[in-house]
Amino acid sequence: MAALSPLLQTVGLQKAFGGLQAVRSVDFRLERGEIRAIIGPNGAGKTTFVNMISGRIRPTSGTVLFAGRDITRIPAYDRVALGIVYTFQIISIFRNLTVFENVALAAQRRLTRGLLSGLSINQTVLAEQVTATLADVGLLDTRGQGAGSLPYGHQRLLEVAMALALQPEVLILDEPTQGLSPDEIAGLVALIKTIARNATILLIEHNVRVVLDLSRRITVMDKGSIIAEGTPQEIEANPEVQRVYLGG
Amino acid sequence: MNRLVIIIHLVIIGLLLGLQFVLPPFHHGMVARIMVLAAYAVGYNVLLGYTGLMSLGHAMFFGAGMYATGLAAFYLGFGPVEAFLIGLAASIVLSILMGLITLRTSGVSFLIVTMMFAQVFYLATLYFNRITGGDQGLILTGRLPPIHLRTLDLTVADPAVKYNVALVVFALCFLLSLWLVRSPAGRVLIAIRENEDRTRMLGYNTFAYKLLALAASGALSGMAGSAYTLLFSYVGSSFVSILFSIYPLLWTLLGGVGTTIGPLVGTALMTYLVDIASGIRAIKDSYLIVVGFTLVILIMWFPSGIVGSVRARWMRWLP
Repeated sequence: MAALSPLLQTVGLQKAFGGLQAVRSVDFRLERGEIRAIIGPNGAGKTTFVNMISGRIRPTSGTVLFAGRDITRIPAYDRVALGIVYTFQIISIFRNLTVFENVALAAQRRLTRGLLSGLSINQTVLAEQVTATLADVGLLDTRGQGAGSLPYGHQRLLEVAMALALQPEVLILDEPTQGLSPDEIAGLVALIKTIARNATILLIEHNVRVVLDLSRRITVMDKGSIIAEGTPQEIEANPEVQRVYLGG
Repeated sequence: MNRLVIIIHLVIIGLLLGLQFVLPPFHHGMVARIMVLAAYAVGYNVLLGYTGLMSLGHAMFFGAGMYATGLAAFYLGFGPVEAFLIGLAASIVLSILMGLITLRTSGVSFLIVTMMFAQVFYLATLYFNRITGGDQGLILTGRLPPIHLRTLDLTVADPAVKYNVALVVFALCFLLSLWLVRSPAGRVLIAIRENEDRTRMLGYNTFAYKLLALAASGALSGMAGSAYTLLFSYVGSSFVSILFSIYPLLWTLLGGVGTTIGPLVGTALMTYLVDIASGIRAIKDSYLIVVGFTLVILIMWFPSGIVGSVRARWMRWLP
């Protein structure tokens, strides 16, 4: 029996900004159904790496494969249609639009087939989907409010709701707990676990407790390369990881 | 709210329809002109107000409609309806072509690139003056056969016909823009205005949507240009000069950028302001001072335009 290709794979993925090697020849595999955390010190190249997966940044060399298919040249917006969804490190919502409109924009993408179908999609179906998604993340009561007027923690939830409405195959979360209170973090972790039942999750995270709570496998990056990968126990015992984190 | 929005727009069209029976002849002609120019501003607003792209070259789309219609009527003997359709087609083709080139830029670069192309258009109308008549223009009076509507023969020179054709063109542009900005595609355009990168990461090909907005904007502007030629029987290069790219920007800003009703209000106010100011003897030739002064006041107290301020204070649901 031939081995199934992983859901997501990168081969020799590389990105240079001028003379700076942000990501150096990364080989990476993500299996379907995983919650994978990527950790590493600031400037390790984590965000650049996931940006090449989401398509926001073009690699200098190397390939990205999604379910065995080469998607290196596919633009970011088409990767979203394939199911690769990215949530921004810095909260990025439409502040002047209502909560409903924000999620509707995402949900509408699943109903749109080509540019001109955007003139005539079924508004009732759309509204039902938006309502369901808002209920899932607990923001239904705020649907009519301006997104910019929400408290910070709710803005983060809205961002996740937008990702959810896109029905992701792979959800890339870039430091989702940043700036949240412990209570809000607990809520978000529970939400991510629910999402993980239907999606594969790739998580960049600094909060160690969140990482240990969510993932069974961890990838560690430093200076643009993957320096370790394994279970939390393996990572903890890895001398290279200790050197990077403890400066030994 | 949905029904109320539609009712408000229909009431505005109804008011314009009724106005023709009470207006004295001078204002009758004035409002007809305002409606055609407001259709132009409505088209401009689709791009600036709902997509967030500021063009300084819209005179070329207005001009594409104007010249295509005018030249077809003058040289090829086209009737009003055929000439109008030629004008519409020309403006759509030009706006898509321009979009493919200029939408590679954004912000100030977009402003400058659109202005450059519009200047090329303007200079071309002067350079080919044997055909276009240059800045003298072409006069179509007497060359347009009447429109046959079953038993009715409508001559566009007739004031009542002029008024109602202008109204139909305005209402068409007005309702098309309302429909577009409230459609799901319009929601994407607004999203692009607010945050293009985020919109792209929601899976939208933002370039294609901007091209759609520019084509729609160019089509409405072209319809206005085409109607202007038919109703006022004139084609001339002054209508494609830089001033005619600045006007729709001013009208839109004055009335309320990103509101469907704003362009009409702004165009009407500015046109009357210019008319009244240039009628005052003491300041006759320097009427632009009055216009400038009014703009300063409006920007200080109503930075989001007249309809924009009304919306912010009382009617948040207005599109």
